[in-house]
Amino acid sequence: MDRGLTLYLARRIGLAGLMLFGLICLTFVISNVAPSDPAALAAGPDAGRSQIEQARREYGLDKPLPEQFLRYVGDLAQGEFGRSIATGRSVGTDLLRYLPATLELCILAMLIGVLVGVPLGVLSAVLKDGPIDHVTRIFAVSGIAMPPFWFGLLLQLAFATGLGWLPTSGRLSVMTLPPDPITGLMLVDAVLRGQWDVFREGLSYIILPAIVLSFPCLASILRVNRGEMVETLRADYITAARAHGVTPWRMICVHALRNAMLPTLAIIGLRWGWMMSSTVLVETVFDWPGIGLYAVSSAIAGDFKPVMGVTLIVGLNFMIASLIVDLLYGVLDPRLREG
Amino acid sequence: MTALLEIEEYRLAFDSFDGSAAVLDGIDLTIEAGSTLGIVGESGCGKSVLARSLLGLNPSPPARVASGQIRFEGRDLLTLRPAAMRALRGRRIAMIFQDPASYLNPVLSIATQMEDAIRGQDAAAGGAVRARRAARAHAHSLLGSVGLPDPARLLASYPHQLSGGMRQRVLIAMALAGDPTLLVADEPTTALDVTVQAQVLALIAELVRDRGLTLMLISHDLGVIAAACARIVVMYAGTVVEDAPTRALLEHPLHPYAQGLIAAVPDLDRPEITPRGIPGSIPSLLSPPSGCRFHPRCDRATARCAAEKPLLRELLPGRRVACHHATP
Amino acid sequence: MILPRRLRLAIFLLTRSFASMLGIVLVTVILGLALLGPVIVPYPDHVAGGIDLANKLQSPSAAHWFGTDEVGHDILTRVIIGARLSLLVGIGITLAAAAIGVPLGILAGLVGGPVREAIMRLTDLFLSVPGLVLAIALVAALGPGIVNAMIALILVWWPGYVRLADSKALSIRAEPYIEAARVAGAPTFRILWRHVLPNSLSPLIVKMSMDVGQAILAVASLGFLGLGAKPPTPEWGAMISIARGYLPEWWWYAVYPGAFIYAAVLGFNLLGDGLRDILDPRSHRG
Repeated sequence: MDRGLTLYLARRIGLAGLMLFGLICLTFVISNVAPSDPAALAAGPDAGRSQIEQARREYGLDKPLPEQFLRYVGDLAQGEFGRSIATGRSVGTDLLRYLPATLELCILAMLIGVLVGVPLGVLSAVLKDGPIDHVTRIFAVSGIAMPPFWFGLLLQLAFATGLGWLPTSGRLSVMTLPPDPITGLMLVDAVLRGQWDVFREGLSYIILPAIVLSFPCLASILRVNRGEMVETLRADYITAARAHGVTPWRMICVHALRNAMLPTLAIIGLRWGWMMSSTVLVETVFDWPGIGLYAVSSAIAGDFKPVMGVTLIVGLNFMIASLIVDLLYGVLDPRLREG
Repeated sequence: MTALLEIEEYRLAFDSFDGSAAVLDGIDLTIEAGSTLGIVGESGCGKSVLARSLLGLNPSPPARVASGQIRFEGRDLLTLRPAAMRALRGRRIAMIFQDPASYLNPVLSIATQMEDAIRGQDAAAGGAVRARRAARAHAHSLLGSVGLPDPARLLASYPHQLSGGMRQRVLIAMALAGDPTLLVADEPTTALDVTVQAQVLALIAELVRDRGLTLMLISHDLGVIAAACARIVVMYAGTVVEDAPTRALLEHPLHPYAQGLIAAVPDLDRPEITPRGIPGSIPSLLSPPSGCRFHPRCDRATARCAAEKPLLRELLPGRRVACHHATP
Repeated sequence: MILPRRLRLAIFLLTRSFASMLGIVLVTVILGLALLGPVIVPYPDHVAGGIDLANKLQSPSAAHWFGTDEVGHDILTRVIIGARLSLLVGIGITLAAAAIGVPLGILAGLVGGPVREAIMRLTDLFLSVPGLVLAIALVAALGPGIVNAMIALILVWWPGYVRLADSKALSIRAEPYIEAARVAGAPTFRILWRHVLPNSLSPLIVKMSMDVGQAILAVASLGFLGLGAKPPTPEWGAMISIARGYLPEWWWYAVYPGAFIYAAVLGFNLLGDGLRDILDPRSHRG
């Protein structure tokens, strides 16, 4: 029985490795189909012909494509993503610097999504076709339909400039010194260092972008969870549980929800992957110093090494998320545990 | 003997887009305390819906009670408040189901499912709720009492690790958890292998005898019913067509449908006799036949059968039949 | 007149659901605005450029229901014209993605073997990066602009249709009646035409309806980021991108175009949801 699980694990991890290789190929192809000349970009806008040629040699862009590809893979293996033209720094350094802010935002948004989405899904499934169910249905479709950037602007208008309760944008006021990094997640660091005023301030900055980022995710979780709960509540074993006298509360929250959570978990994993992609919009609206904002400002400047770096990170994150979901499936479903 | 359960003029409809289907059309029957009653009929005749009515398990909508009463120990189950109904489930009326594979929760251990049932019954009764450990001890002894070996290991396992017969025994053990008075068994052997069927049937009979249970056994299989029940009710398309002691019914069925059912059973002792089927098929309940619901398939049907619904009448002492043409 | 039961059931299911009705109304309004746009807009000159600086950044009034922008254009006019652009782009992306994805998917599902393996791995590859980031990467390589944004989004969108068509083709191929047709010697393309396509149609229609909405949102997102349509093109996302600089005093400039994106995407999603209720037999239960 352990052998089955090991095989399953090995196969799944092997598949992830293959996908990673494919992803690297994809970014390489995108970089090379670009009509713009990468050497010209690297040499800068004012460069003359000879400078461009020099850059071409310097970056190995005159070599045949297979050799360039090997070099690209080799660089990536050493964490070398190339150099950003705009910041002048190595893209790897930049990513390390911006990633924690994005992660912090995503984690909080996911927490909101799960903690609100799952209970609302259960509630609307139990009260199926009632008024609450109709309201949550529109709410859920809104989460997917509402442009995040517009929702962000509306929240800024209401809570920042209108009511003045919360700051408009940024991660922390320029007057406040961020806590010395331990994890890189500022709220966590503030708690660990005992700087509660910084924690409160950080929270006031992160809450609006986190709500905006969580909305589509919350909506998906709600919809999937509701659908699964409706199906599960119709299952024979729920009828049996009722007949045997299991309390309604326990029947819904354990007997039904445990079964509905498996597909819900899959959507949570998928949404975690997508969320990091939506940060490009949310971080732009809220000037949140993460990899999304970094990707967008680089893309506008035509500086595409950073964009490829972010693409790789987002893709990698997506793969890890789906890998973890598959592994958790094995743990949570006793039928799969034996392979 | 006193009546434990009395069903009177019970009508249940299922509402759908295509209209309202009269799934149960005026059911009348009585179960004496300590007796065994079998309900037989083709699938779709409403026998499972009837069984579920006793525990309030038919989802509403689409189910809608049109009229009637189901009196259990003198109280009408149809007007019971949800909390009062929950207090009955498991403790007064318990149920076992057709396919044990789908009636056990796939992701919870047997222990969790049994403990939740036991503790849920405690809570519904309004008394003290047993601790998990006490509930587990009770579950342990229940599994032993249905003849399952190694209850401790069983409690730690999941449904998919058990065989069909073991799963059905687990479900029976769960049904016994609250020491019920009435046991409703809905096709308890249908999904099992033939050899296991006999074991499960014997177990049910033994439990009924030892614990003094009242049994309502539902099956499409006349043989199963005849083996376990003293009395048989034959249902057709949502109506009771005949109600008789087992031996009397098997030897001398009065209703044409009951006669057809018995003729359709192959006889192992006399293989030269080819079993006869009943021509036609069960009618749509959305627009059931007028008068007697069986008349389109009945070779004795007359104009009266199509016009007038036959009432269930006592033709012989202890034997009721709903047919215009039935004679003693 | 007696309609067939299936149609009556469809109408019943649609009209019973408030959400589906809202979807139909929203999509009809957006389609109407897109079709009649140039005829009904109050200030047709503002579409192409006629600058009217005297009237810039006016708040909503009887003359300008949605106010005016920084060069005096009537925002209502530009939002209505924007409906036309968004709808064209959204439908264009969806149709193109389906036109690439569906044949590949059916091919993969019907032929199987190494062909399927190759197609599906390529699909997985494109699905391994969330769409928006992949689109940004492509736009970064191709250069910003509405046409490149469309190309990028088509490249991001087709794999979803491969998955859908492949799974449908696979499941239909396993049906006994297809086996029978194969054994009887029916040519593959005939099986495809007679059996696979009609059976894939329902989920395809549902997915396309939802995707039109999502494509509109994606184009607006790229426009907002400055990677899609360039101002002064009356594209909703690009309008908001400019309007952002005029918040919070001139709030209407950003609010109205956004409300239209929301309404359009909501409409197509609710419509897709409603269509699924009708077309998907799974949801008929209960």
